Amino acid sequence: MAIFLTAESKVIVQGMTGSEGMKHTQRMLASGTQIVGGVNPRKAGTEVEFPGDVTVPVFGTVAEAMAATGADVSVLFVPPPFTKAAVMEAVDAGMPLAVIITEGVPVADTAEFFTYAQSKGTRLIGPNCPGLITPGQSNVGITPANITGPGKIGLVSKSGTLTYQMMFELRDIGFSTCVGIGGDPIVGTTHIDCLAAFEADPDTAAIVMIGEIGGDAEERAAAFIKDNVTKPVVGYVAGFEAPEGKTMGHAGAIVSGSAGTAQAKKEALEAVGVKVGKTPSETANLMREILSA
Amino acid sequence: MDLYEYQARDMFEQHGVPVLAGIVATTPEEARAAAQELGGTVVVKAQVKTGGRGKAGGVKVVHNPDDAFAAAEQILGMDIKGHTVHRVMIAAGAAIDLEFYFSVLLDRSERRYLAMCSYEGGMEIEELAVERPEALARVAIDPIEGIDKAKALEIVATASFPEELHHKVADVIVRLWHVYKNEDATLVEVNPLVLTKDGEVIALDGKVTLDENAEFRHGDHAALVDKSAENPLEAKAKHMNLNYVKLDGSVGIIGNGAGLVMSTLDVVAYAGEKFGGVKPANFLDIGGGASAEVMANGLDVIFHDSQVKSVFVNVFGGITSCVAVADGIVGALEALGDEASKPLVVRLDGNAVEEGRAILAAANHPLVTIVETMDDAAAKAAELAA
Repeated sequence: MAIFLTAESKVIVQGMTGSEGMKHTQRMLASGTQIVGGVNPRKAGTEVEFPGDVTVPVFGTVAEAMAATGADVSVLFVPPPFTKAAVMEAVDAGMPLAVIITEGVPVADTAEFFTYAQSKGTRLIGPNCPGLITPGQSNVGITPANITGPGKIGLVSKSGTLTYQMMFELRDIGFSTCVGIGGDPIVGTTHIDCLAAFEADPDTAAIVMIGEIGGDAEERAAAFIKDNVTKPVVGYVAGFEAPEGKTMGHAGAIVSGSAGTAQAKKEALEAVGVKVGKTPSETANLMREILSA
Repeated sequence: MDLYEYQARDMFEQHGVPVLAGIVATTPEEARAAAQELGGTVVVKAQVKTGGRGKAGGVKVVHNPDDAFAAAEQILGMDIKGHTVHRVMIAAGAAIDLEFYFSVLLDRSERRYLAMCSYEGGMEIEELAVERPEALARVAIDPIEGIDKAKALEIVATASFPEELHHKVADVIVRLWHVYKNEDATLVEVNPLVLTKDGEVIALDGKVTLDENAEFRHGDHAALVDKSAENPLEAKAKHMNLNYVKLDGSVGIIGNGAGLVMSTLDVVAYAGEKFGGVKPANFLDIGGGASAEVMANGLDVIFHDSQVKSVFVNVFGGITSCVAVADGIVGALEALGDEASKPLVVRLDGNAVEEGRAILAAANHPLVTIVETMDDAAAKAAELAA
């Protein structure tokens, strides 16, 4: 089952013919993802060859790609100035899920395309995210596919490499789906969306939630867990040492005033019974204890 | 990026928001000349990117150029909440009848914008929001629709402005929206927005935060950066395209990925508790491609931080191969030669970790210690810095 992404998912790549798009399309193909097409209006009708005798057709528009292939996921490696138009196109074509890897998208653009996507029913993941992986089935984005195999832990995180670290720590158990929701101030899919999906997913037995400073997503997630999540949740929050008012790489990771601190998030999670680790390893051990109990 | 008040004033003016005349001065002499030029009663205002400057004595009303000189002499160099005052703005005086509050900002939680408005301005808005929340109107703004005249009228009505002011204030709010939208701001705040005795609505003080991700469509925004206020190490790192933030501790940190680096800072501080409170010295994210050059640049910045006593390189090889990272470290140490003077604790995991560790082991550099886990490596780095 997993969430949002399975072996059946048919994926197109917007921005496939760019250097990042090419590199990661190859990696996604190698990890078993069904890549059914790329989109580039200037190269419509051509085909791109990838190692392993794989050819992927290029379509002029998302709508054409969907009509020809039945694609139900789009992943975007489109530079920031063009991201908004590309997302709007995917939404207009009725794409069910669009995963936006691009880093550096103006937040006004995200606010607009998120509002639009919501009105049309497209789920967005990202921007500024590593994407999502259902190990052993499909991998959409830039997550390394060889860190962990399939298992019963669901993972949701704002971060990339910190997510990989957690996948690595718990590779002995494995994961149902790992979702990197991104570190921007506005993201299309939230911790809560993933928690709800993992709660409903029979393949997921327990959930790891990784948060970081900024905003109140973790506090909201804590309130959601209290009322809606019966599966065990283990948490980790990064950014205790981050000074107020400084951006730490993720545009969203900025503490202003008292809200949004790592301590506040940790306390909110612990108040609803979520065990929160002090380090990634300690968090992994908390999960191990819960699953072996 | 936060703007200074005078920069916000200029930006408001460009978008047709009514503001008072204002001249920036960096010396008391310039302040006197500015007061002379403006004539009459003027206000000398400290330009700092923090609130509470009025209470700190950073704002003075003066009635002649000599008093402007004296006020500027007092205010320049003043420390306001850790911010040194390098500039003052000499602003024309105004006969104020009423003070209001208006802001529009990014609402992260609701993933749209929020306009806040009050008929009772002039006081600390945070206090008003807590003590009399009903006096602060909050109106959700659809990111696609924005604030047109109808929405602006809804905002002033919700904030209980008297009917005769509705159109006058709404017109200014629409222009402030143009600042927000057309400049890619994430915050535009006016406190106070005033009604003068002449019946004009004027933005008397403004705060603007701009979205750095949108710089590609605002060629003029780069000029707004205050280079004199930048930490020299941060400026150097920025020049090298490194994502670096200077902190106060003694363990230099290099890692890949913002989340992992933030986590590394925490783990070091946690381990440092056992060594008398050792703390991280910086945040430095070298990103995905940890080439020898990027690693050398990172180490170069960190070795030049005199507070640093040890360095912790914490890399999880995702797409990046640990071989590239190890080559980067070895190459960087060679290139830096005698400038490489501080012990390095290296923890590698992930893609090609065995090969990466083997490269470091073979190089056998006297400054480098390889530690297998993140927690143990943090403890080692903290111990070396203690």
